[in-house]
Amino acid sequence: MMEKTIEVKDLKIGYRTMEPVSFKRLFKGGKRVSVEQAVKGISFDVHKGEIVGLIGQNGSGKSTTLRCLAGIISPDEGSVNLFGNSVSLLAIGVGFQKELTGRVNIMLSGLLMGFSEKEIEAKMDSIIEFSELGKYIDKPVSSYSSGMHSRLAFAITAMLDTEILLIDEIFSVGDARFKKKSRAKMQELIMDKNRTVIMISHSLDTMASMCDRIIWLHQGEIKMIGEPKEVLEKYNEFMTKSIK
Amino acid sequence: MVFKRFFKDLSRYRKYLVCSAKASLKSEVAGSYLAWLWWIIEPFCFMLIYTFISEVVFSKPMKFASIFVFLGLTFWDFFNRSVGSSAGLLKSNKTIVTRIYLPKYLLYIKLMLVNAFKMLISLFICFALMVFYRVPVSWHLVEIIPCILMLFIITFGIGCFFMHFGVYVRDLSKIIRIVLRLVFYMSGVFYNISASIGGFYGKLLLKVNPVAVAMDGCRKALLYCESPDWVMLGVWAAIGILISILGIALVYKNENNYGKIL
Repeated sequence: MMEKTIEVKDLKIGYRTMEPVSFKRLFKGGKRVSVEQAVKGISFDVHKGEIVGLIGQNGSGKSTTLRCLAGIISPDEGSVNLFGNSVSLLAIGVGFQKELTGRVNIMLSGLLMGFSEKEIEAKMDSIIEFSELGKYIDKPVSSYSSGMHSRLAFAITAMLDTEILLIDEIFSVGDARFKKKSRAKMQELIMDKNRTVIMISHSLDTMASMCDRIIWLHQGEIKMIGEPKEVLEKYNEFMTKSIK
Repeated sequence: MVFKRFFKDLSRYRKYLVCSAKASLKSEVAGSYLAWLWWIIEPFCFMLIYTFISEVVFSKPMKFASIFVFLGLTFWDFFNRSVGSSAGLLKSNKTIVTRIYLPKYLLYIKLMLVNAFKMLISLFICFALMVFYRVPVSWHLVEIIPCILMLFIITFGIGCFFMHFGVYVRDLSKIIRIVLRLVFYMSGVFYNISASIGGFYGKLLLKVNPVAVAMDGCRKALLYCESPDWVMLGVWAAIGILISILGIALVYKNENNYGKIL
């Protein structure tokens, strides 16, 4: 029997939004906080080494589910069990201080992601090499072009080493050549058989070629789980109909 | 339980705290002509302004007036900059809060570290001024340490609460700004509470306002070779520890909900 790495049971997550109130109505009372249900009771299991894709239209609850699995937001109801495995959500360029050099930002970003100073220092050279920034690594990030910025951010994130990897649409950045390189690096990370991956992508070709299973989310609920070919076919049909 | 988790997190992220506080300080002065000199120029200019207001406008001459005001500004700036930014802190760090797990009060500790560094610079200027004006010093000098510690604890406790409620109450930053202005005038930053207000209200202010207690204790220790009000210092330190524990527990309990609201 395959070892379970993630167990999601009846997960429900809502976003609270506050409505702006005029000064006149300020003291009149009434409900000003509304709850938008983003995930409406989904359940699924993921096994060790499996690559699972999440697909669905915008607002279907994919990113919310990933953020909950990463422990950034908590479920309103239901549960998420990671069986003690370490998890990370690939987040590009989070915590960057643009006035400081690329080298300082590598350290800052790495520490923010929970890595030790030693671990980051050990990976520093490979991150700089992968980012292809050369001497620009000691220049402020604010002086980088958007391509250079993305390359550095991707290089830092791609060095992550956790048992569960959650990816939200960051397959390729930079120019055509770096896109190819970053895609290859991503594939290398994903294809590691000891790592469990849940990923989101709007590129159905990517999902078909990489995933073992696909979960199709629609308006916060699971519409279908299964083999990529089967689910993507149904999803394509659905999308074509909804465009018409 | 809360304590154990707090110190474990603090130890795990201590490098991040130091590194990000340094980065914030560096990025604050990056591109500026006078760079870090602003951390000296700014409090020094404010000292001149408030000394003028106190000595000339209100005609309240004081012994070592400029150092008296400088010390007040040093303590006030730390409290004001930290508490004043606390309510909007999670919103201004939205990308971190919504993309990465990090114990949220660490963002406030980072802010406090940045402000504590600026406070340290101001304190060095105070010592330089004391040498310049030949202020007599005694062993009481070391008594500024508990005064500063009490201020740190109370600032942390209050800030944790404001940081939490700032996520839910959008107008909180504006309310805090007004309250802080009131506290500024009630803390005796540029005047002596005992001499200017005196009587019952003077005594009351030096008891109910923790910033005034810390400020007054520090001035007594540095300028007048006297001990601070140990009773009030102890009472406010105990209150500070209590609200800090409650604040940490509150932030831990709600930290996974902030991302949903922001």
